[in-house]
Amino acid sequence: MGLSEKDVDHVARLARIEITPEERSLYLRQLNAVLEHAAGLARVDVSGTPPTAHILPLRNVWRADEPAQGLTREQALANAPDKSKGCFRVPRILE
Amino acid sequence: MEPHELTLTQASGMLASREASSVELTRAALGRVEAADPRVRAFVTVDAEGALAAAKDADARRGRGEAGPLLGVPVAIKDNLSTRGLRTTCSSRMLEPYVPPFDATAVARLKAAGAVVLGKTNLDEFAFGSSTENSAFGPTHNPWDLARVPGGSSGGSAAAVAAGFGFGALGSDTGGSIRQPAALCGVVGLKPTYGRVSRYGLVAFASSLDQVGPFGRTVADAAALSQAIDGHDPLDSTSAPRAVPDYAAALPRGVKGLKVGLPREYFVSGIAPEVAAAVRTAVESLAAMGAEVREVGLPHTEHCLSVYYLLATAEASSNLARFDGVRYGFRAPASGVVAQAMRTRAEGFGPEVKRRIMLGTYALSSGYYDAYYRRAQQVRTLIARDFEAAFREVDVVATPTSPTTAFRLGEKADDPLTMYLSDIFTISANLAGLPALSLPCGFDAAGLPIGLQLIGRAFEEPTLFAAGHAYESAHGWKDRRPAL
Repeated sequence: MGLSEKDVDHVARLARIEITPEERSLYLRQLNAVLEHAAGLARVDVSGTPPTAHILPLRNVWRADEPAQGLTREQALANAPDKSKGCFRVPRILE
Repeated sequence: MEPHELTLTQASGMLASREASSVELTRAALGRVEAADPRVRAFVTVDAEGALAAAKDADARRGRGEAGPLLGVPVAIKDNLSTRGLRTTCSSRMLEPYVPPFDATAVARLKAAGAVVLGKTNLDEFAFGSSTENSAFGPTHNPWDLARVPGGSSGGSAAAVAAGFGFGALGSDTGGSIRQPAALCGVVGLKPTYGRVSRYGLVAFASSLDQVGPFGRTVADAAALSQAIDGHDPLDSTSAPRAVPDYAAALPRGVKGLKVGLPREYFVSGIAPEVAAAVRTAVESLAAMGAEVREVGLPHTEHCLSVYYLLATAEASSNLARFDGVRYGFRAPASGVVAQAMRTRAEGFGPEVKRRIMLGTYALSSGYYDAYYRRAQQVRTLIARDFEAAFREVDVVATPTSPTTAFRLGEKADDPLTMYLSDIFTISANLAGLPALSLPCGFDAAGLPIGLQLIGRAFEEPTLFAAGHAYESAHGWKDRRPAL
């Protein structure tokens, strides 16, 4: 189940990463090498085995719904590459 | 003895007896950094001003009658742990200008205990790597041989402790990122039980595997740092609501009657003969001190690497989706939100980060989820069950930390799969959520350090500290210092 160049383009689009033609062929080769190694997992008998998402015996963790001081607007915006009128500024979305 | 040759425990003793002040030790540490870090390059950011202010504060606290093993002790922090007001880059162009408005819980606890933060240490970008060569700011060099890597991803923290830039450090470990560099730099490193230390403020890589932990020159040094950072934190929903035992009290417990398991699957081809020999000799030494040694089986070991690279990259692809050039960090302007995100990520991330995000995105994508992601989670269950079975027979499992000693800079840079193999012995503890300690157990013919890994049952860090302390007290490895 190897990747094709088309798959690499599709994954890059899903991952929101612009790639060059050189990167496409490099990642194609390297990702296929890793996936080939991972193909060994197909040999393992996992019938009836539940998946492990994490190892702690915890379910939902709740806290009391009490207001607390979070970041101020100034703090939240302090690292923004672009901001305007107390908001993060992004390129136009609607024409 | 020069101040930079001291252990944390020795420095702490000098502060307590007023032989030295925190300002003196901090000045000495900063002097050592200035003299030797241009060759080692352990730090991304040195905060001399902040460190001296914290040292003055620690001395004032001691003057008012406060005490504590970390009060006034200079330490280094991996640059993926948030530090309030101090740049936190993850060694990535993406976060180069980022200044966090809060401290990670582990950092806040060290500061509350009086530790002095010298600065932020280099890592593989976003902790993706095993050599610290994947840093956007250039590689860190191994203090034992500057032509070699310090390991990774916490290579800067390991190298800092080995070089005497402070008396301890914090790192993070997702697949071996504390233990492997500790082994390659000849220092002690602990990956705590999952949930033992809060992940709040640690820039997330793989949330089900990441854990913050300490580096020290000795097991006692690492235990002192663990004592300060461990414990429940309401800000991390995966932090375990359990009391923290007294680690210093556990240190002198010894190894009499301790059952030590050697997994037969870990002594296979690919492991350097000198490494295997040193680890076997170390285990014989534990036996001579009263431990019982037997062979154990961990039959799913061969699948750990595949499971890890599927799960870790899948979680990473999700965690790193937040870097889109909107709220913080680097932005490459383009027309349109999606185009801007794609260009920002193309220019802001380095090659290994992109590679792992792509692999993880693929493993989670429609049509492949069951074959890769879900199957990897199921095999993860089998790996955890291997350890449950082994821990019915033994108390700790002993393995090499890394299959080789430090390799040369550039040696594995072009072959991701070979690089991934250097984590082959450390990954299983992350997948199973277990605590694991790496400590020096000898040197190879080239004078490079070798690491012994001890894996314990969940929340049995005290057993690891006791065994490690017994071993290192019987040997002189911890007293060796690199010639810098």
